[in-house]
Amino acid sequence: MRLGDLTPAEARSRLREGLALATGPFVFRIQSRLPQVAVNLHRLYPDFPLAGGPFADFHVRVDRVPGPRRWFKPQAQFWLEAVTPFKPLPADQAYAMLEWGMNWCIAGHAHHYLMLHAAVLERAGRALILPGDPGAGKSTLTAALMLDGWRLLSDEITLIDRDDGRLHGLARPVSLKNASIEVIRAHAPAAVFGDVARDTHKGTVSHLKPTPDSVARTGEPAQPAWIVFPRWKRDAPARLTPHPKAAAFLHLASHAFNYSLLGALGFTLTARLMDAVSCWDFEYGHLPEALTVFRELAGA
Amino acid sequence: MRCPLLLTVLREPARMTRLDLAAWDRLLPQAHAAGLLARLAVLADGLGLTADLPAPVKPHLTAARTLAERQHRAVLWEAHKLDAALASLGVPVLLLKGAAYVLGDLPPARGRLFSDIDILVPKAALGAVEAQLMLNGWHATNHSDYDQRYYREWMHELPPMTHLRRGSHLDVHHNLLPETARLQTRPDRVIAASTPLAGHRCLRLPCLEDLVLHSATHLFHEGEWGHGLRDLADLDALLRLGMQRPSWWAGLLARAHALNLAHPLALALRYAHRLLATPVSADVLTELGCNAGRQPLADAVVRGHKDEPPHAPSPPRRPLPWPVFSTRLPWLWRDALFLRGFSAAHADCALPGTALATFLLYVRAHALRMPLRLLLPHLLYKAVQGKATTGP
Repeated sequence: MRLGDLTPAEARSRLREGLALATGPFVFRIQSRLPQVAVNLHRLYPDFPLAGGPFADFHVRVDRVPGPRRWFKPQAQFWLEAVTPFKPLPADQAYAMLEWGMNWCIAGHAHHYLMLHAAVLERAGRALILPGDPGAGKSTLTAALMLDGWRLLSDEITLIDRDDGRLHGLARPVSLKNASIEVIRAHAPAAVFGDVARDTHKGTVSHLKPTPDSVARTGEPAQPAWIVFPRWKRDAPARLTPHPKAAAFLHLASHAFNYSLLGALGFTLTARLMDAVSCWDFEYGHLPEALTVFRELAGA
Repeated sequence: MRCPLLLTVLREPARMTRLDLAAWDRLLPQAHAAGLLARLAVLADGLGLTADLPAPVKPHLTAARTLAERQHRAVLWEAHKLDAALASLGVPVLLLKGAAYVLGDLPPARGRLFSDIDILVPKAALGAVEAQLMLNGWHATNHSDYDQRYYREWMHELPPMTHLRRGSHLDVHHNLLPETARLQTRPDRVIAASTPLAGHRCLRLPCLEDLVLHSATHLFHEGEWGHGLRDLADLDALLRLGMQRPSWWAGLLARAHALNLAHPLALALRYAHRLLATPVSADVLTELGCNAGRQPLADAVVRGHKDEPPHAPSPPRRPLPWPVFSTRLPWLWRDALFLRGFSAAHADCALPGTALATFLLYVRAHALRMPLRLLLPHLLYKAVQGKATTGP
């Protein structure tokens, strides 16, 4: 059974008790009484399976902060069991907070993977890893590639299997910020977005629904093939140039969620990854042109 | 206490293979909250059970094991850096708690998580040690004049230090208990009985008895009970190691009296025996007054050991200002309090009244640390600062 098989009212009532959503290797049991959370989950996760069994990897909750603040500038809080990793946020950011909280659960606990801070997509069995500094246009490019037929594994966390070095997908919604929301809306008018949260610590944020193909195939690990460091520059022609592997290694290691935590294994897995991929810098100014470059890359 | 699951598998790890997924769905969060998930992983590995556990459970144990291994590497490196920084002073530097278990390769180290390193140095060397640490990159984290005074005048440690580059936390103790605590002990005897740590120049390990006594003292003097069960599991592992030695219990009791720490030892043995089924003989429990309804424990503590009189500067035990914490109250009442403390790690385990009990234990910890004339102004100050629950 998938979340989309429930009516919005059913989804809302299931969320009160705890709704177990399977996102790739992780089952989240999500609890919330907030209509905003139910509406956004139902809109963005309809293709995700509901986990039937009694087990969940993470038991999370997003709700109003109790007390007098319920009426005056209400706030939302995120819980993993009894742990609250964040300060409360304005209640209209509750859904974004759930997404950040779910990322935090994975990044802070799933040390059975090497976790890099990078987006991953796959085409014809080969995976593209997009690390990127904030503002480099990583999320915009990830969203556009997914809408162009690439399978989304993750927009934020690259999960590397410690046994075989393959990449595991989550296929959760792509978090878009500020101007990139309008860029993707203009680029793909049919794309489905969640509510827009304004004035968050990341600016304006909205989540983009993953393609059904990405969700249906979360169970298929992908072989890494390319690491591309994107950089958006106004009106720049799309251009791939080689990126030194040693520099790419250092960048990935220093931006990973748990590289040093894994010790020698972190080094071994990253080194094995570097052996399996080609590394590129990618500058672009216009999405259609960028997509052509990546189609050619995948076809080559 | 209801943490039936977590306590059950700590007592009898082989039961892990018989748990269904619904049970694991509760056990993993309980163990994680108590800081014992990696311990479960190591217990399962030790008994060769891991392969038989349900597939969704294994990744959690792998992740917890990975984190514990990382922390152990970090502790070994930190100890190496401490040894290098302090060796030139020529003073003994004792590792305490987690760092001692790891460097001494003692049973509680297996799968243990920790957040800081604790060392004990002679009080006379404190200034030199602090200066040398600062030259080597450690710096104090509490900058307010009030906090500095709180630690330096009243506590048994320097304000917590953090390394500038590595971000590691270090607590430098000169005593096992605060200067102002109603119970006073003899850190000089702990230092005298310590042994050098192979491969290091100034680092030393307390003897096993003293590790037990310090862990018990720490557990029953702290106001934070989130790690209570983890600390009790440490004690269980230390005691099971000790009891393989000849005349362990007699030696432990004598040492407890010599250090004036029979009271925390009595509490530790009672609850380790009760919650984790640590095999403590009835004679030992009786000797310490752990079995009686109303018990002569306070006398035992003041009396000291006949071979080694209580130390000279030991002030008489200040009576606790709150009758609810009196050691003369029946065990029924004290069990009600402490069992709730041990159940505080996770909501699944919480007994009715746990919130009140943890508050009372927090007050108790402060009452043990300092007399009312210091404590009331301190709590008032912290409340005004809005740090009453997070500060020292």
